[in-house]
Amino acid sequence: MSTNEWPLWEVFIRSKQGLNHKHVGSLRAADSTMALDNARDVYTRRSEGISIWVVESNYVHANDPADADAYFEPSDTKIFRHPTFYEVHEGIKHM
Amino acid sequence: MKNEALFRFLLRLGDDSLILGQRLAEWCGHGPILEEDIAMTNISLDLIGQAMSILDYAGVVEDKGRDCDKLGLLRFESEYVNLLLVEQPNGDFGDTMMRQFLFDAFRKPLYERLVNSSDKQLAAIADKSLKETRYHLKHSSEWIIRLGDGTEESHTRIQNSLDTLWRYSSELFYSDEVDNELTKTGILPDLSGIRSEWEATVNSVFQQATIVIPTNNWKFEGGRLGRHSEHFGHLLSELQYMQRAYPNMQW
Repeated sequence: MSTNEWPLWEVFIRSKQGLNHKHVGSLRAADSTMALDNARDVYTRRSEGISIWVVESNYVHANDPADADAYFEPSDTKIFRHPTFYEVHEGIKHM
Repeated sequence: MKNEALFRFLLRLGDDSLILGQRLAEWCGHGPILEEDIAMTNISLDLIGQAMSILDYAGVVEDKGRDCDKLGLLRFESEYVNLLLVEQPNGDFGDTMMRQFLFDAFRKPLYERLVNSSDKQLAAIADKSLKETRYHLKHSSEWIIRLGDGTEESHTRIQNSLDTLWRYSSELFYSDEVDNELTKTGILPDLSGIRSEWEATVNSVFQQATIVIPTNNWKFEGGRLGRHSEHFGHLLSELQYMQRAYPNMQW
């Protein structure tokens, strides 16, 4: 039996029109066609989606968790970046 | 019975789905990879769902109070009229995909015609099933090409699968007084183009898979008339066990 493993793929599903694709998990597949089919079978069998993206995990670049302080903490003190000083008018949803 | 030909046609259609669904379900927990295990059980569930609608409707046409459970789980061996192809054992993964591909390539053009049936219920069942079948055919075609045009070992093995299963393919196009009667009364649209469409699909996929159709013309038929292969009794004993051991049980 071959010891070569198929590459890992990250799966993104758009659950309905107008929403963004959202990361739902990963799977192994020999190529993009198989990755899409597998994603359809594994992640949309309870009608979770209307569109699938797959990206080979190799191509995903992530920040180093050790740099988390430098990356994210400075924004904690900038409350003026959050629009919480405004009153939201009645009837406006999703703010 | 209002329409015996329609009843017999529905049994054939429903039994093909039921028996192939049962075969695929045997893969549950044994798939070569997790993703494929789920894919095969998804397809199995699609087929068993189709069988339920078709056999329920067969029960209505028969008008003797039998539903899909009674028809699906409590007939004797010779009363099942599925194709010999769909009852063949799973073998290896390639055998299962070849059996599936030969069947899917037939089912898709069949449903594409049945959506135009003058029988509204049959047309509605075909319309719902066609979407599922299109995916089944895509899935099995891709595997045939992948295995055939893959490594030396996968090529040899999928060619062997074709050599073994080809003899069951002529029965796909079995036709008798049931079909004639239904065509005459307008319930069935013209089904004559299915074979050439099937051949075109099969030839194109085999060409991409670099495998060849065996030249030997040895054919096996009989399932449509209730004559089954030796594997069928074992399949039924598993399929029917619950209803036989605990009659009328539900869950």
